[in-house]
Amino acid sequence: MKITALHLDILKEIGNIGAAHAATSLSNLVGRKIDMRVPNVDMVNFTDMMELAGGSENVVVGIYLRIEGDVEGSMFFILPVEQANRFIQRLIQDEQFDFSNNLVSEIGLSAMQELGNILSGSYLSALSDFTGLKIYPTVPGLAVDMFGAIISIGLIEISQISDHVIVINTSIFEEGYGDCEEVRGHFFLLPDPESFESLFNALGVV
Amino acid sequence: MDVVKSPDTIRTSGLGSCVGVVLYDETKKIAGLVHVMLPDSSLGKTSTLNVAKFADTGIEALIDKLKAEGVQPFRLKAKIAGGAQMFKFTTDNDTMRIGPRNVEAVKNALKKHGIPIVAENTGGNSGRTIEFNPENSLLNIRTVNQGVCDI
Repeated sequence: MKITALHLDILKEIGNIGAAHAATSLSNLVGRKIDMRVPNVDMVNFTDMMELAGGSENVVVGIYLRIEGDVEGSMFFILPVEQANRFIQRLIQDEQFDFSNNLVSEIGLSAMQELGNILSGSYLSALSDFTGLKIYPTVPGLAVDMFGAIISIGLIEISQISDHVIVINTSIFEEGYGDCEEVRGHFFLLPDPESFESLFNALGVV
Repeated sequence: MDVVKSPDTIRTSGLGSCVGVVLYDETKKIAGLVHVMLPDSSLGKTSTLNVAKFADTGIEALIDKLKAEGVQPFRLKAKIAGGAQMFKFTTDNDTMRIGPRNVEAVKNALKKHGIPIVAENTGGNSGRTIEFNPENSLLNIRTVNQGVCDI
């Protein structure tokens, strides 16, 4: 199908609603004000996808889950290590907690996984309410590694059909830490190519 | 997919489940690298896809490219790295096992073309950045948690 400017606007709105709900959940959890940026929706090739969020070698904390149901695809919540540390330190009340440490505590990992679960749940339930579509997230996985290595798992399904990916990218940041790439967290929603029609149909756009 | 001659080096960064395949000719000091995402071109659901991302067609295309540079295919050797499983899930979904499947497919394709694998650093659950130097035929591998090594 041909993606028009109207389609892109709809995808932006999806990113907007989803990330706004997730940012509110995050704010409630960590007791800090969380701001978000206007979503970007881009059609990019795989190489360019790897260069988002600070580049393919940039070490990040990544949560990944598949979505199933009326819409299928991959979802990522990516945080810079420093920012993830601050959130988890607050959640578990342990100022020593550090993802770059080789002996990361189980409780911190578990808190991060749960954080990912809650935020992606808020994002996707907002999306489901907005579209009326059934959306089921899988249990999220957690990895602390190079961004390129993490994001490529979301490209596997898509790469069987296309050399490009449409990515709905919303970034969030904690107030007081400035808005620059080093501190931004990202939600990436990568719908599988077959799912765009369901999304647009559900919103009455052909 | 690209080919370089010494003193240039060739690299790819942030490999997860993908496999970086380096084919090189020691005497000519020339090397090519292909970044394999998927095991088999039959997984492609449309015919216009980039051949370089599949193990079978990607390796074939790289051999052709090296031949065009005057390399004799029987002189080629291989070093491979990547094919990690970045996330652990208790599911039998094939996508989650894509790393090991890519490694296996790369090995089969190399065997088919009679190219020996001199060294490999595959599997595990860490991302890798790799760089090959055709001058000394060493493949440098960097990971976040296990440091740097040459194979």
